[in-house]
Amino acid sequence: MKLTNEELEILAILEENHRQSVKSIAMQVQLSENKVAELIKKLENENIIVSYPALIDWSKVDGKENVVAMIDVKVTPKRGVGFDEVAEKIYRFPEVTSLYLMSGAYDLSVTVEGKTMKEIAMFVSDKLSTIDNVLSTTTHFMLKKYKHDGVIIEGKDDQDRRMVVAP
Amino acid sequence: MINYNQLLATQAVKLQPSGIRKFFDVASKMENVISLGVGEPDFVTPWAIRDMAIASIEDGFTSYTANPGLLELREEIANYMEWRYHLSYQPENQIIVTIGASQALDTAFRALLNPGEEVLIIEPAFVSYQALVTMAGGKPIPVSTWAKNNFKVTAEQIEKAITAKTKAILLCSPNNPTGTFLNKQDLSAIAEVVKKHNLIVVSDEIYAELTYDEEYNSIATLPGMYERTIVINGFSKAFAMTGWRLGYVCAPQPIIEVMLKIHQYTTMCAPHMLQHGAIEALRNGAEQVEEMRKSYRRRRNYIVEALNQIGLNCHLPGGAFYVFPSIQNTGLTSEQFAEQLLMKERVAVVPGNAFGESGEGYIRCSYATSLQQLQEAIRRIEKFLQSLGANTKLYERQVSL
Repeated sequence: MKLTNEELEILAILEENHRQSVKSIAMQVQLSENKVAELIKKLENENIIVSYPALIDWSKVDGKENVVAMIDVKVTPKRGVGFDEVAEKIYRFPEVTSLYLMSGAYDLSVTVEGKTMKEIAMFVSDKLSTIDNVLSTTTHFMLKKYKHDGVIIEGKDDQDRRMVVAP
Repeated sequence: MINYNQLLATQAVKLQPSGIRKFFDVASKMENVISLGVGEPDFVTPWAIRDMAIASIEDGFTSYTANPGLLELREEIANYMEWRYHLSYQPENQIIVTIGASQALDTAFRALLNPGEEVLIIEPAFVSYQALVTMAGGKPIPVSTWAKNNFKVTAEQIEKAITAKTKAILLCSPNNPTGTFLNKQDLSAIAEVVKKHNLIVVSDEIYAELTYDEEYNSIATLPGMYERTIVINGFSKAFAMTGWRLGYVCAPQPIIEVMLKIHQYTTMCAPHMLQHGAIEALRNGAEQVEEMRKSYRRRRNYIVEALNQIGLNCHLPGGAFYVFPSIQNTGLTSEQFAEQLLMKERVAVVPGNAFGESGEGYIRCSYATSLQQLQEAIRRIEKFLQSLGANTKLYERQVSL
């Protein structure tokens, strides 16, 4: 879908920080508030804006520390539906937070979140591996998050080292 | 007791300290200040550029370079000038890499001016211009511009200011502090006067990458102007490399030849390892420059609209990252306004008179700071205006942002 410059600008603004008023966005793109609200609605309806999540560092919250694993899954594609049917079976599990079809040594990349390593181990052995057409799984546990979706978790570049007034 | 004034050069003692410095001393000691006073990008230099400089130190590039800079860098500058501004310069003898655009300006005036010769400076202007001309033995002649004309200088104004001693005119577009952008039409009118009176243009194009509505035109591209224009640019603003102190100058070969003599005696060369970072900037930095430009543009739109809404009249500047709103309807001078705003609401701006007499009645706000900070600054300025508001009647229209 071809978007106008204004629409692209609105997307860039929302992607950086969607917690700002329509008015603030309108002022940045030199459009009226009504027009901006209308364009955002349109982008939402087109599912170009899919949702507005917050990036939360759960590792800082007592009792909420998560275990995340990325699992490489090899599957046998099925005639007629390819990988879609098995993918659907996997992504319906709520503990699966992302799922991608990959080129290369394996087929599906599955990200799973759980409270403990044991929980994830149970998911892999009881649920994932038992799905028809899943040939093998390789589970990698995530040790530390440095950067996520373009955001550096604790970046040094965020500090303002400039003098207060400069020519 | 030694009277140092007797021992120091009279002209140096008489130089006025930058109006910005006075303010800096106060503001830098305060807590919780939101600064709209910073004349530099809020981005850190893109990582690939930093990485290249680090690697060049690791690889031992710690010697001098050729006086005009690494040939490899001058070739990249030549390519960039051609690609970006349609200007063609020979890397071998038409380009010098300098310690920031500042040194390029200094060297240009030393090369151009005999004692007492005059340079027209379009005001409000960057704080260094007058002093640079004076230090080179010349005489700065301010030409004032006004908000009613979006701070654009006209050919008639320039014509009027020219005397038998006028040697050059210093242009800066987009301008610090007004953000004013001179388009092709504006420049053509100026160029005609320059040619008629056989002048040189020193064109400070440090903000050229940061233009938002119209395509950038260097005055050197206009007919008959290439041979009488000294183009000065640098890495500070476009690539967020202010602290690197790297600039460059491009000019006709006979001018560069003289400038290079001055450069080699004063400076030798720009730092070797940093020049490698600059090569990376020119080779692979365009995309990030574009991202930064888009980000500044949004913030410009926001702050201009916001300032006008809270009652500070402000034109939409075509470039740089400054807005220059009028504070005349508050009845305060620029310095009073800036000082009281800092003391009461802890927002730092620069009083317009720091940039020349015609800046009186204005303040310079830099929007090279995050949108969140800008929004908070606007809230505070609005509150400040309301505290003054009793006798101005301006603030009846309350705007919440």
